[in-house]
Amino acid sequence: MNELMRKILFLPPQASTIASEIDQLHYFVILVTMAGATLVTVVGSYFLFRYRRTAVAADARRRGASHATPLWIELFVVVSLFGMFLAWWVIGFWQFMRVRVPPEGAMEIYVTGKQWMWKFAYPEGANSIATLYVPAGRPVKLVLTSRDVIHSFYVPDFRVKQDAVPGRLTTLWFEVKEPGRHEILCTEYCGAGHSTMRGEVIALSPQDYEGWLRGNLPEPPVAGPAYAPPAVVGEHAPRELVSMVRQGERVAAEQGCLRCHTLDGTAHLGPTWAGMFGSAVQLERGGSVVVDEAYITESMMDPLAKLHAGYQPIMPTYFGRIHPADTAAIVELIKSLRAVPVQPGGRSPWATVTPEGAEAGARAREVEGGPASAAGEIGDAGTGSERP
Amino acid sequence: MSEATIDADLPAVDPRGAGAEEPDYLRAETSVRSWLLTKDHKRIAIMFYASVIVFLMLGGLFALILRTELLTPEKTIIDANTYNQMFTLHGVTMVWLFMIPAIPGAFGNFVLPLMLGAKDLAFPRINLASYYVYALSAIIMLTAMLAGGADTGWTFYVPYSSTSPTAVSWMGVGIFVNGVSSIMTALNFIVTTHTLRAKGLSWHRMPLFIWSIYGTSVIILFATPVLGMSLTLVALDHSFGLGIFDPRYGGDPVLFQHLFWFYSHPAVYIMMLPAFGVISEVVCSFSHNPPASYRAIAYSSLGIAFVGFFTWGHHMFVAGMSEFDAGIFGALSMFVAIFSAIKVFTWVATLRGGSISFATPMLYFLWFLFLFVFGGMTGVAVATQSLDVHWHDTYFVVAHFHFIMVGGTLTSFLAAAHYWFPKMFGKLYDERVGLLTSVAVFIGFVFTFLPQFLLGNAGMPRRYYSYPEQYQWLNVLSTGGAWLLGAGLLLTLANLVIALKWGRQAGPNPWGSRSFEWITASPPSKHNFESTPLVERSAYEYDLPEEVARARVPAR
Ligand code: HEM
Ligand SMILES: [Cu+2]
Repeated sequence: MNELMRKILFLPPQASTIASEIDQLHYFVILVTMAGATLVTVVGSYFLFRYRRTAVAADARRRGASHATPLWIELFVVVSLFGMFLAWWVIGFWQFMRVRVPPEGAMEIYVTGKQWMWKFAYPEGANSIATLYVPAGRPVKLVLTSRDVIHSFYVPDFRVKQDAVPGRLTTLWFEVKEPGRHEILCTEYCGAGHSTMRGEVIALSPQDYEGWLRGNLPEPPVAGPAYAPPAVVGEHAPRELVSMVRQGERVAAEQGCLRCHTLDGTAHLGPTWAGMFGSAVQLERGGSVVVDEAYITESMMDPLAKLHAGYQPIMPTYFGRIHPADTAAIVELIKSLRAVPVQPGGRSPWATVTPEGAEAGARAREVEGGPASAAGEIGDAGTGSERP
Repeated sequence: MSEATIDADLPAVDPRGAGAEEPDYLRAETSVRSWLLTKDHKRIAIMFYASVIVFLMLGGLFALILRTELLTPEKTIIDANTYNQMFTLHGVTMVWLFMIPAIPGAFGNFVLPLMLGAKDLAFPRINLASYYVYALSAIIMLTAMLAGGADTGWTFYVPYSSTSPTAVSWMGVGIFVNGVSSIMTALNFIVTTHTLRAKGLSWHRMPLFIWSIYGTSVIILFATPVLGMSLTLVALDHSFGLGIFDPRYGGDPVLFQHLFWFYSHPAVYIMMLPAFGVISEVVCSFSHNPPASYRAIAYSSLGIAFVGFFTWGHHMFVAGMSEFDAGIFGALSMFVAIFSAIKVFTWVATLRGGSISFATPMLYFLWFLFLFVFGGMTGVAVATQSLDVHWHDTYFVVAHFHFIMVGGTLTSFLAAAHYWFPKMFGKLYDERVGLLTSVAVFIGFVFTFLPQFLLGNAGMPRRYYSYPEQYQWLNVLSTGGAWLLGAGLLLTLANLVIALKWGRQAGPNPWGSRSFEWITASPPSKHNFESTPLVERSAYEYDLPEEVARARVPAR
């Protein structure tokens, strides 16, 4: 019965723990809806036929006989209809709470939407683009945000969806029943590449998932990036289509960051970016802070708020002067440098970068790409695990 | 003219208006100037009528381009950017240039004073101005379209809209100006209804169409300013980077959605209530029966107008709103459905015991019934939160609102176009062709939108230029339906245009209706009535023989 209805209604497979329950309500609601519309139309048509003028003219008794339609019938129907709607609401709301409130102890994965791809960051430090790896049989909670405009994370097979809103964190959870692959679609219109902003959830058995975290991609057919580069982007293509990191270099050069900061670990007017991400920084006013996205962004927008001990307060604010996507790109650049050792006098891996912002050479690719740089074409990191 | 002024003070001699010497409003003056500067509500109505038909065709053309593009999963005829501009244009044109002004602008303007026994609307100059403001808004929107268009969708969600390089600000200005026009019209209708009712025409004697136009006007008055302001804020954000909705500067994109839907949910009733009014008139006139419950229909309009203001959150279940709020909005949405259900049952009950003549408007009523009930019930379905999580922003929602808006508003627009055709032009259209084209419209419609429900179930998101292959054949079906629908509409138009020239003379009251707009000649004279009627019955007294009914509204 379930299978039959699902097929008739073209519903996708029920891959999450809540999907079949939601579909039950769906069947009920749609059947009643269809039946109701048909019933009303049939009754209407019947009246149209029965009380047609030619018939009434021939048989005058038909007219007026049932003139005063008993209002209580209508009242009865309306009240029971209301009861039914209320029942749908009660069930629907109850289910909604289940869909929305993640169970205790769900595993958290951070999701960032941007034009036009999904990025996933796992608690263990790995990250991936377009392909989300999750363990089957374990609740997973996604914490979503967006870099640019609103996106919406949708997995039809799971019957879940949640907007990713810039400047906010939203959450969504699901538990996949079995290992397998499921399509991710973006359902909030986000520009030229909206319909290409697709991805895939790959549910792995717990062992495979552990292995994946350690850097072993499981064997095909389960694995492999499903991401196709946007075919049609035209003039609205984001500028960093090739690589966030490369874009970061360009912006850093253009905006003059590189006049003070270095990428290769040499000392200069400002702290070097090499090895900075994730390290603890001593502050001028005492205390320390771990360098993360927030700290980097804050340092760009309000450089004097948390001054790095030992440096002059000479950095200008970039607030309002730098596009958010470029801010993100610089953050990505700094992140990508976290493994570069701080060697006074060392050579920059980005040797091709000049303050004029020339294109980076192929060497940069080697550093950033890693084993799975097939997706590195568009992404700023490999699809595989990326460990410091 | 002088004759008319003298006549106006004399009691009507011939109640049938048969010997009306005064030329009708179409022939009273014929210069272009007399049209462009007219203060006659009937001529202004005709200008609105012609304009909304042009925009219906334009919006329809955009729709056909969209549907044709979707024949194949990848590029078919246009590129992604063009596609995105096209669906924005389609939405904007259909919503603001067709759907909202269509019934009130064309038919409301024409028949409302006639139904009230008035010589015109309360403010004829404002009425004329409202047409030109509408035309101006259309020009601004079309200019914006040529100047690079907008690619945000008709919903203008920020921060996409505030950062899109396209002409979003101009679109916003166009919609703002458009809102000014609706407000002018709405104000005029409200004041007219309050002050210009004929002697004896109490509120509960009025035709139901007036109740629904009145309800619509009230919604317009309360909701439209909010839309105007929120789009102004978007335009400011877009032009000057104020950051009111932009998280980069501490703004809140979700706030925009609240503001937008605070207007746009009521706006769906701005489109729907006039349709309800038309349906009430059509049902009663053709079944020769008073409404099964006058009060049920009249008050449920007001109920919808009221509750419609408290359901906007159902567009935002997955936008990052609290579960509690979502629950409240879900429950409130059900009430709208109840009011709508009351209306539907009352119409059906009205048929019972009638003496029904099955003319084209009645066939449109039948389509309306199916499409509106199904569309409305799927409204309840999408208001059921757990289901909406899956459906939101997929083709299911697209199908839902097209069933309601195209199924509800367009069918009643067409019903009105046929029903009041003799009133407006004094001619009869070809009934058989009318029935036939109506069937074509319905079949085309069902083929266009029924597959879209299934596409939505299968998970196809809306506003997709390219799509995964598994969705193709349903899309092909839908595109085929769209072409049929387009053809049906063109044939309908052709039938009416042909009747304009070659149709038979209609006589003042071809349908034998008891509603007051049929009291005067068809087409009416420039001043509607030579003497203000004195109303001594309600608009639906079908148990009275026609002559008696006529005599109880002495006027011509
Ligand atoms: C029975 C009453 C109705 C209910 C309960 C209802 C419910 C809903 C809900 C819950 C949504 C949001 C779905 C989503 O975005 O996921 C929706 C969307 C929509 N509805 Fe209705 N609806 C009703 C009647 C109408 C009517 C009468 C109209 C128009 C004349 C209409 C037009 C729309 C439109 C235009 C949208 C989509 C807006 C957009 O996202 O672009 N609805 N409706
Ligand atoms: Cu709504």
